[in-house]
Amino acid sequence: MDSRTGEAGILARLLEGILSGRIRIVDLTVTLDQRTPTIVLPPELGQTWPFRIEEISRYDRRGPATYWNNFSCGEHTGTHFDAPVHWISGRDLPDNTTDTIPPVKFVAAAAVIDCSRDALADPDYLLTVDRVEAWEEIHGRIPPRSWLLMRTDWSLRTDPEAFLNMGDEGANTPGPHPDLIPWLISKRDVIGFGSEAVGTDAGQAPHFPIPFPCHHHMHGNNRFGLPGLCNLDQLPPHGTLLITAPLKIRQGSGSPLRALALVEEQADD
Amino acid sequence: MTGPAGPPRRKDPTRRTRLPVTPPGNRSREAHGLAAMAAAGRFALQCCRRCGHVHYPPRQLCERCLDGELEWRDVADGGRVLAQTTVRHANDLYFRERLPWKLGLVGSDAGPSIVAHLAEGCERGHRVRLALHLDRAGNAVVAASPERDASRDDPRLREMVFDPRGRRVLVVDGTTGLGRHLVEAFLASGAREVFAGFSRPWNRSPDLAALRGRDRVSVYPLDVTDTDAVEKLAALIGDKVEILINNSSHVRMGGALDRLDFNITRQEMEIHYHGLLRLAGYFGPVMRARGADGPYGAVAWVNLFSAWSLVNNPELGTYSASQAAALSLSHCMRAELAAGGVRVVNVFTGPLDDEWHQLVPPPKLDPATVAIRVVRGLERGLEDIAVGAVAEEITHRLAENPKEIERSIRL
Repeated sequence: MDSRTGEAGILARLLEGILSGRIRIVDLTVTLDQRTPTIVLPPELGQTWPFRIEEISRYDRRGPATYWNNFSCGEHTGTHFDAPVHWISGRDLPDNTTDTIPPVKFVAAAAVIDCSRDALADPDYLLTVDRVEAWEEIHGRIPPRSWLLMRTDWSLRTDPEAFLNMGDEGANTPGPHPDLIPWLISKRDVIGFGSEAVGTDAGQAPHFPIPFPCHHHMHGNNRFGLPGLCNLDQLPPHGTLLITAPLKIRQGSGSPLRALALVEEQADD
Repeated sequence: MTGPAGPPRRKDPTRRTRLPVTPPGNRSREAHGLAAMAAAGRFALQCCRRCGHVHYPPRQLCERCLDGELEWRDVADGGRVLAQTTVRHANDLYFRERLPWKLGLVGSDAGPSIVAHLAEGCERGHRVRLALHLDRAGNAVVAASPERDASRDDPRLREMVFDPRGRRVLVVDGTTGLGRHLVEAFLASGAREVFAGFSRPWNRSPDLAALRGRDRVSVYPLDVTDTDAVEKLAALIGDKVEILINNSSHVRMGGALDRLDFNITRQEMEIHYHGLLRLAGYFGPVMRARGADGPYGAVAWVNLFSAWSLVNNPELGTYSASQAAALSLSHCMRAELAAGGVRVVNVFTGPLDDEWHQLVPPPKLDPATVAIRVVRGLERGLEDIAVGAVAEEITHRLAENPKEIERSIRL
């Protein structure tokens, strides 16, 4: 309540919108469990821990009134946040870790581009600048400081084998074209790039001229990644507000998170 | 695949499962020397270093010259049946269930007269072959079988071995080279069914593809680092597993000082030690309860260990240590499974000829050879199986002088 005008404040109106259902909250997070796939790397390299969980007690002799678990996983497991320090190109930037990124950056708008048909036709589909420009012709320009989320419906592949989609030349999963990321940064000033696959880069990205271009350029410009998303089909092309706060791990390169989207329902007039 | 007791039948759910009982267990300290020989498949008896007299049963002093220096030596395994009897009444629960039971006194070629279990076809005056076996309680006994035409189907001898024929076998990781050969070896030996686990479905293993659709083989996701996955598989097939082969392995080079990486060491412990513990916790109890479940009941738990579990190889220092942890755990399991008459068999191998030993100079073991030796060892009822020159040498040198091998071991 504004003490001078007597009108409801912005936050009160936001809350009213949420509670009345005019603002819908969409959970973009996959459930973490032991089958949650993690990135497949050559076996002689360092490996991320998969999600594992052990019961501490369940109302039993180990704790009669308590149910709780210990869990472990890598920072980049399931739906997660990539901080700039994750990549060597972002190693020396200021405020590049999960504990030092200013919290204001965890709240941002999102544009959602639907590539589900393309990914269905070609698992190695790459999102190009041309495609984004054509999308902007219809839906309008991506505002600065927005996320670009690439909807592929890849998250519908709940079987880990189909989700990772490994071939004998690496993974076959969709992602951004190498040229798209520098363009998104210099021409659209995005805050980051989000996708549904195991990483923000395409499965074949290790073989690109600059390997893993989304990681290389985004993190090299102090921007973020948001892989492993789901429910992107429930978001409009524009008008989504994302809340993406990672765990505050000291010197963390990222963390699993609960990615929430706020979407304003269209009035029925 | 018809076994000695006829083809395996599906279980009658209206019948109470027979509870496992084991033969009487008390032995003297000296008599456990026989267990060590039986575990490795040797027919060795105590011999006096001074006068050469051969003893049975084991004792502390030479019965002829009273010298205290008795050592175990391999001796001639022939003999002749001097007397025989058939036991038709017993108060001991184990023998009571298995009557009639043939016993005899055998004059051994090595010297002493030995009370032995007699296989079918061993009659008074016949020449026989003697062997040390471990009974269902894990204690050494002497068994005599006909010198010629001994049958693997003898019900009394089958009590002392782990014949895969007619039994269902779980190979924990069926998608490694060794795992694939183990599956094939058990199929060839007449196993009723082989369950093959695989841990990383996305790995596009050609071995996994080959296993799928194979007759008498079914494949299941099984990652021993995942408690939930082990519990789920045990719920699915745990009451069918009669022989379990734990061949999960994670080989990485590195010692304690020059490669400080706890991710690798944790993974080693997760797979070798906690993996075995998870399998033990979920598969062990039901196997122990099924030790007497018909002629094809649960019989053996087999661990494939590196010979470096016995003595640390600093080039594979943390790997060796995690293997040693698992080996120690296997001794705990051996004591716990003994109540059900289910025996723990440990197989020790040198470096395998696989992708993780590319730069290791020969001799390296062909995984197919290891698989065959595992099956043969089970058929003979061995408890400790050293496969290949490296493992054999390590066990010998450890017995002679552990300090020597500790200082000189290298790949």
